[in-house]
Amino acid sequence: MSHAPIALINAHLVDPVSGQEGRGGVLVVDGLIQDVGAHVTRAALGSEIATIDCAGDVVSPGLIDMRVFVGEPGAERRETIVSASRAAAAGGVTTICVTPDTNPALDNTAVIDFFVRRARDNGQVRFLPVAALTKGLHGREIAEMGLLGQAGAIAFGNGRHSVSDAQVMRRALTYSRDFDALVMHVAQDADLAAAGVMNEGEFASRLGLAGIPREAEVVMLDRDMRLVAMTGARYHAELVSTTLSLDVIAQARAAGQAVSCGVSINHLTLNENDIGDYRTFLKLMPPLRHEEERLALVAGLASGKIDVIVSDHCGQDVEAKRVPFAEAEAGAIGLETMLAAGLRLVHAGQVSLPVLLRAMTSRPAEILGLPQGRLAKGAPADLIRFDPEEPFVVDPGKLHARCKNTPFDEARLQGRVKMTMVAGLPVHE
Amino acid sequence: MSIARSKLSFPHRHLLGIDGLSRPEIEYLLDTANEAVEVSRQVEKKRTVLSGRTQINLFFEASTRTQSSFELAGKRLGADVMNMAVANSSVKKGETLIDTAVTLNAMRPDIIVVRHHCSGAVDLLAKKVTCSVVNAGDGAHEHPTQALLDALTIRRRKGRIDGLTVAICGDVAHSRVARSNIILLTQMGARVRVVAPSTLLPAGIERMGVEVHRDFMKGIAGADIVMMLRLQRERMDGAYVPSLKEYARFHGLDEDKLQRAAPDALVMHPGPINRGVEIASAVADGPQSLINEQVEMGVAVRMAVLEALAQHLPK
Repeated sequence: MSHAPIALINAHLVDPVSGQEGRGGVLVVDGLIQDVGAHVTRAALGSEIATIDCAGDVVSPGLIDMRVFVGEPGAERRETIVSASRAAAAGGVTTICVTPDTNPALDNTAVIDFFVRRARDNGQVRFLPVAALTKGLHGREIAEMGLLGQAGAIAFGNGRHSVSDAQVMRRALTYSRDFDALVMHVAQDADLAAAGVMNEGEFASRLGLAGIPREAEVVMLDRDMRLVAMTGARYHAELVSTTLSLDVIAQARAAGQAVSCGVSINHLTLNENDIGDYRTFLKLMPPLRHEEERLALVAGLASGKIDVIVSDHCGQDVEAKRVPFAEAEAGAIGLETMLAAGLRLVHAGQVSLPVLLRAMTSRPAEILGLPQGRLAKGAPADLIRFDPEEPFVVDPGKLHARCKNTPFDEARLQGRVKMTMVAGLPVHE
Repeated sequence: MSIARSKLSFPHRHLLGIDGLSRPEIEYLLDTANEAVEVSRQVEKKRTVLSGRTQINLFFEASTRTQSSFELAGKRLGADVMNMAVANSSVKKGETLIDTAVTLNAMRPDIIVVRHHCSGAVDLLAKKVTCSVVNAGDGAHEHPTQALLDALTIRRRKGRIDGLTVAICGDVAHSRVARSNIILLTQMGARVRVVAPSTLLPAGIERMGVEVHRDFMKGIAGADIVMMLRLQRERMDGAYVPSLKEYARFHGLDEDKLQRAAPDALVMHPGPINRGVEIASAVADGPQSLINEQVEMGVAVRMAVLEALAQHLPK
C-alpha cells in the first residue's frame, strides 16, 4: 500500500479484545494500524497527516463473517463476488468466509484457485474460501485437505449438509489434525429432520407444517463431540439454534476440546412466530426456534458460550421463495443488516457493544487464525465507522445483494455503517 | 335461502380457514346451510344467487367427494362451474402455483375453490387473485368446509354443539380435518378430545385447547360424538404405526369399543373410509353412523359458503 497515512480521530473506539471503549483515534499507515488509542488526536498527529473527524461515531475492527454463500462458480444469478462484496462493504463486513456449496463445489484445488483469483480481481473485501470437507460434499470421501489448504482454503466444511456417516466424519477429523486444519460443520441429523420445514412445536402444528425437532441438531452435535474427543481435531459448530447445543459445546470445552460455535444473526433476533402467515423469507436452516430458545441464545452470547455471530447470508431468487412454504428454499440474506440487527440486542440492554462486536470480529479472527479483527498496533487496518443510534428502515430495493430475500424487510433498525475500510482503503462511504 | 335474513352479513371475501372466524360468523354459515338442506331436498333445486357467475374448482390433489360437492353446490346456486383437471394441465409442465393463479384470474372467475397438498398454498394463491377464494383443503393445515359440515350435522342431530364431548380419533398429526374441527368445535363451546397413538399426535397439541388421550378406550369414554379420521395407507406399515392389524386392534372403532361412548353417541367420518382399519363396517353402516348424512350436509354447507362470499362480488 503506497497510500498516504490517514487517521480516524475523535472516534468512540471499541476494542473487542479487551472490551475497552472510549474516545480516541486510529492512525493508519501502509494498510496497517500504526497507532491506536486516546492519545491519537489531531494535536498529537500534527498537520501533515490527513484526518477524518468521526464526531464521536464508533470505530471498530471490520466484521468477519464466517458463513456466506457466494454463487461463484455456478449460481451467479443468486450472488457474485462483486455483489457480495458491495453488500459486505455496505454492512461493515471486511472479511468473508465463503461456503463450499458452489457448483462445482469448492472441493479441488482448481476451483479454489479460480475463486481466489476471481475474488482478488473483483472483490473489495477479503474473501476466504472454506473448502469442501468431503468430495462433492457427498459425505463419502474426504477431500484433499493438504492441497486445498495450500491453495488458500481457510477451513473445511460441508455446506448445508451434515456428514451423516460417522466413520467418514471420524476420518476427516483425524486427517485434519495432520494439517492443523479447522473443521466446520452444520450439525443436523437428516433422518430426524426428515421432511421438516420449520421448528417442531405448537406453531408448526397450527400451520400444518412438518417440524424439525431441536434434537435433530443436538444428536448430531453430540456425536461430533465424541469424535472430536477421540481425534483431538479443531472443530467449529457453524450454526447452533438451541440452548441444548450450547450445553453440549460447553461440556466439550470444559473437557479441554478445541471446539467453538457460531449462531446466525437471525436466530438471535427472530423466532418461529415471525413466520406468521407462511412467510418464506423466514424459512431458514436450521429453522427459527421458539422465543425461549432465542432468549437463551442471547444469554449464551452474553456469557461467552457462543463464540461467533454469522450472517449466514444466502441469496435465493424470487422463484425459489414465491412458492408454498414447504416447497420454498431455505435461506436469507444478511450481510448488510447483520450489524444493525445485532445492535437491537445492545439497545435492548441484553449484551454490551464490545461483546457483540467481539463475536463479529476478534473471536472469528482467533478461531481462523487471522491477524485482522482487532484494534491493535500492527494489525491490518480493516476498520468500520458507524453511529449505533442512527435509525433507518430496511428497503430491500436498496440492498446490494443480488437477491432481496431479507427477513428484515421494512424493519426499523439502528446503526448504519458510514464508512468501511479494508487495508487502509475506504471501500464504502 | 337468500331471503332477507339477520342484518349480519359475512365480512370475509375469502374462506381460507376456520381460524379467524367468530362464533356469530360460524353460526351465520350454519343457519344459511340449514336452509340450503331444504333446497336440496326439493325437486326444483335451482337457485339464482350465483346466476351468471363463474366458479372454478382447482384441485391440485385428487378428490372425488369434495370436488363434486362443490360442483353441485355451485350449480344449484346457478353458477357456471368449471373443473380444472390439474393432473393434465400446465402445472405438470412446471408452471408455478402463482402463475396458474394469475392465469386463471385473467379469465375473470368470480370464485376459485382450491385444494393443494401444501399447507398455506391457498393463502398464497388468494393473495394473487382478485376473485374470492375458498379453501377446499391445504396440506395438513385447514379444511374449513369439512368442519362446517360436521358442525351442521352435529347441530341438527343434537340440537346444539355447546357442552358436547367430541372425541377426534386417529391420524391427527397429518389431518387438516382435525385442525379445522378443533378450532371450530372449541370456538362453539364443545369439549374436544384428541385420541391417537403418540406417533400420530402433533407437537404442542395439548396447547390447542384439547384433552389428549393415547388410550382409545379412555378417550372415547362417555363421548357424545366419535369422529374418526382416515389413516393414509403409506402411514400404516411401520412408518407411524407398526401395522394395519395393530392399528385396528388399538385404535379402530368397532361395536364393542363404541359401547364405551355415551349411549346415544353418534359416529362420524370425513371419508373415504378404510373399512376394518379405523372403522368396522358394522359401525360405519350401523344406526349410530352419520357418515352419509355428512355428505348431504356437505353440499348444503358449500352452498352457504358460496352464497356468503357472493355478497362481496362486484354487482
